[in-house]
Amino acid sequence: MSGKPKVAIYKFASCSGCQLEFLNLEPVLLELLGLVDLAYFVMARSGNQPGPYDIGFVEGSIVNADDVGRLKEARQDCNLLVAIGACAVHGGLQSISNWLPMREVEARVYPEPVHTQPVKSFPVSEYVKIDAALSGCPINKNELVEFVKSAMLGVTPRIRPHSVCVECKLAENVCLVVSEGKACLGPVIRAGCGALCPGRSTPCTGCHGPAGECNVESLKNMFLGLGLHQADVTRHFRKYAGLDAEFQKGVVA
Amino acid sequence: MENARIKVDYLSRLEGEAALDVTVRDGKIADLQLNVFEPPRFFQSFLVGRKYFELPEITARICGICPVSYQMTALAAIERAFDVRISEQTRKLRKLYALSQYIQSHALHIYMLAAPDFLGFESAISMASAYPEEVKRALRLKRLGNDLTALIGGREVHPVTPQIGGFSDLPSGAALQAIAIRLEAALPEAMETARLIGQLSVPDLEWDLTCVALSDPQEYAINGGRLVSSKGLDIDPADYRAYLQERHIGHSNALHSSTKNGSSFLVGPLARVNLNFARLSPRAKEAAELTGVTFPSNNPFHSAAARAAELVHSVEESLQLIEELGEPKRENGGYIVRAGCGAAVTEAPRGILSHSYCFNEQGVVLEADIVAPTSRNVNNIEEGLRLFIPQHLNLPEEELTLKCEMFIRNYDPCFSCSVHFLKLRMNG
Repeated sequence: MSGKPKVAIYKFASCSGCQLEFLNLEPVLLELLGLVDLAYFVMARSGNQPGPYDIGFVEGSIVNADDVGRLKEARQDCNLLVAIGACAVHGGLQSISNWLPMREVEARVYPEPVHTQPVKSFPVSEYVKIDAALSGCPINKNELVEFVKSAMLGVTPRIRPHSVCVECKLAENVCLVVSEGKACLGPVIRAGCGALCPGRSTPCTGCHGPAGECNVESLKNMFLGLGLHQADVTRHFRKYAGLDAEFQKGVVA
Repeated sequence: MENARIKVDYLSRLEGEAALDVTVRDGKIADLQLNVFEPPRFFQSFLVGRKYFELPEITARICGICPVSYQMTALAAIERAFDVRISEQTRKLRKLYALSQYIQSHALHIYMLAAPDFLGFESAISMASAYPEEVKRALRLKRLGNDLTALIGGREVHPVTPQIGGFSDLPSGAALQAIAIRLEAALPEAMETARLIGQLSVPDLEWDLTCVALSDPQEYAINGGRLVSSKGLDIDPADYRAYLQERHIGHSNALHSSTKNGSSFLVGPLARVNLNFARLSPRAKEAAELTGVTFPSNNPFHSAAARAAELVHSVEESLQLIEELGEPKRENGGYIVRAGCGAAVTEAPRGILSHSYCFNEQGVVLEADIVAPTSRNVNNIEEGLRLFIPQHLNLPEEELTLKCEMFIRNYDPCFSCSVHFLKLRMNG
């Protein structure tokens, strides 16, 4: 990269929370902006500049054909394309709809049966090649800064493949599964949050998506052993990342 | 200028995706469309079948800017359905938590989304060399709001501790005292913000505006109170569906909201300050004076002044709440899950947010209805533009377009929120 790298931030079906995390970097924001040129960031600026860009961050999942087109253009315009957040990386909460029978949804909403477009949510990697993924709902700011620094230095960022349990043990938290019998997803969820929820007596609900080499089947059986019904277990695994192949093992009885 | 076309394909410096298209013929508006093209996410549909305790977590994800409001509203609705009474400590901590988000959201809007318009910049970032003190002040205020949210909720975006009856984890008295020192220091900075707003000149616009907000005789209403309007509405907020109606407009993914008699209405900082001026904190009233605006005002361009007054109020009331909270104590509030329905309304930074749920005896959601503040305002934005544009047709097209964008940005619209309640979109 020569000169200040040009950065673009795209939005698809999302809550804007991950792009807000850029602005939530207040203590380092001005320094960061000394290093990169935020050329395209519709939420934060007018006069947005056309591509090409060195790095494109994509927030949001893909739910319709128009957005597939916009995403493909983004891929062409960006040297590095990075999916950020649970929606872009895994399909996000709105992917819960993927398993709802559409006729039923229609009947719930319309008095007369009408023909509706199918509504399903997919991660960006379903349609284009991505160069990196920062997961989380929202992304973790430390991981974001680490990623930008690594990209500037031309080194591979250290994306954590291990589970939340590792961070939870390092923080010396009491295990919610073992000592309180709570259904905590920590064993199968990627670290990066610093075990935020278990550290506050709240079971992990999986917003960072699957950890590397996780064993969903084993955790599913453990949850059933705690007295959960399969419907409850299914809700746990069809949440932020229900499309993931490993997570689908959690929903079969 | 008798004929004009005002077209903005992707409105910037607001949250979410929307376009404006206005055609003026013979000095009259022939067509005006605020097209919210933000892709829908159908939260209302997929909430059905989920468990009650997931609602604060899932609905927070409707909006990255005001997740705290979604959590507070969802919890209040569930607690109404299960008849859970919250403690005075929880009530105060929830108010403090909501105020923290006002500080963050209002600082973001005033300095980063709106100010560049008035000062002639593309963004707050490009303002940094000409207005370094203002930009640094903005970042300090925003960080303070974020830090207070994270202290109570665990993190600033999609916090994790709020639960039925209270919080899964409590901030220590010492941590609250430490942030109170920063709040003290921020009070003059919030006052400076009001002074800055007072220096900006805004266009005139008067219209017969209906304002809707929560109101409480005891305090500046955010998490509770009656639902009132400037035209005499005064109801239990849980009955909102009987008085505020919604309909689907072809050109937009957001629903249009109106009162029972069909009139559009305004929600948000200006509506709140207009209806609840007397309950603002003492310094907030001084701040309102510094902005040069006399409340009540029917000019949406005075929303910035209302936002600045609320910023000061939020800092001042936070200080008072921290003093009253002292050392928060663990509480053991149990509750019984039962079949039934519950509804609640709170004041998000952008205006009233309403949630309504029905549960079966296992606490599985059978029905969900959520209306975001921006959905309430979209109809009012269009009506306001229809009044505003004909009065400014003497301006060059480019300037008029910018004025329209500024008009829309006054509302601090969050289109990400507004579309997630839209029922399925029809083909064609």
